[in-house]
Amino acid sequence: MADPALFEFLHTEMVAELWAQDPDPGPGGQKTSLLVLEGMGFRVGQALGERLPRETLTFREELDILKFLCKDLWVAVFHKQMDSLRTNHQVQAPLRLPGTLLCPQGTYVLQDNSFPLLVRMASGLQYLEEAPKFLAFTCGLLRGTLSTLGVKSLVTASVAALPACKFQVVIQKL
Amino acid sequence: MSRPAHRRPEYRKINKDLFVLTYGALVAQLCKDYEKDEDVNKYLDTMGYGIGTRLVEDFLARSCVRRCHSYSEIADIIAQVAFKMYLGITPSVTCNNASRNEFSLILDKNPLVEFVEELPTGRSSLCYCNLLCGIIRGALEMVHLAADVTFLQDRLKGDSVTEIGITFLKKLDEKKYRRKK
Repeated sequence: MADPALFEFLHTEMVAELWAQDPDPGPGGQKTSLLVLEGMGFRVGQALGERLPRETLTFREELDILKFLCKDLWVAVFHKQMDSLRTNHQVQAPLRLPGTLLCPQGTYVLQDNSFPLLVRMASGLQYLEEAPKFLAFTCGLLRGTLSTLGVKSLVTASVAALPACKFQVVIQKL
Repeated sequence: MSRPAHRRPEYRKINKDLFVLTYGALVAQLCKDYEKDEDVNKYLDTMGYGIGTRLVEDFLARSCVRRCHSYSEIADIIAQVAFKMYLGITPSVTCNNASRNEFSLILDKNPLVEFVEELPTGRSSLCYCNLLCGIIRGALEMVHLAADVTFLQDRLKGDSVTEIGITFLKKLDEKKYRRKK
């Protein structure tokens, strides 16, 4: 069984290396590196999603899926639960064709006050600029797991002060 | 359900798979970025080296190994303590030469390749687990031991076993030998 520390070491090295080798140091290059990390997280999230026990795959509502991410997935991956889950549903009004219902877009904010991949870095406002690099992989991970559970989403993250961070999950209704 | 989530066996498996899957995604990404196998191998070794230099502190803090007096002891510790701690496996150790500075670790099981059936087409020289070589090399260097670490055999390449070769390059301080006697 692979020791949990190995993942943290690998993740830190991946972030450092992908940044170092970027030929374009400007915002364009940074975006590419973030996308690469997010893409890798997505692949891993998909694979993890496929390994979940069968009974977890029958969810009654969208909120159940998010609760599952906050509790079970987070505990399995980071050995702790998400600290808070808030919903922020926005109702969008697309083309008003006869017979169409308004499609609510579920927006969820998942907050971790002590995110393990940030804890070793610093606390407070130091290294705030570096924080997004350490969150990209996990955003992809969330998006990938949701994808295996049949949910299309957009996941972004923000940091106000290390090591607390928020993951914003916007469910995309097809 | 009275058992806490993280102790349930299925979630322990997820955690164990996390590193292996992430490693697989990394190798896949590197194969996209680099055409030549040698470049991917070198990159994996370099990343492993970086990890090894930091991992050794974690290892020393958690394992409480005593000071070693021979390369043979060090090889044993790598196989029986380090590999066991981080990957849950215990490779067997053989010494390959009379001067007792060349060793082989034979990996019977290799968690890193659990989800890999074969190397991708056109990637026959890829040392999939080269990160391990870099880790060992980086860790040893942090304790002032220079070594060459490479894969001598690889099951993914069709060999019967997976074998990591460690060649210690610098002699240990002779004073330590005398003190032991």
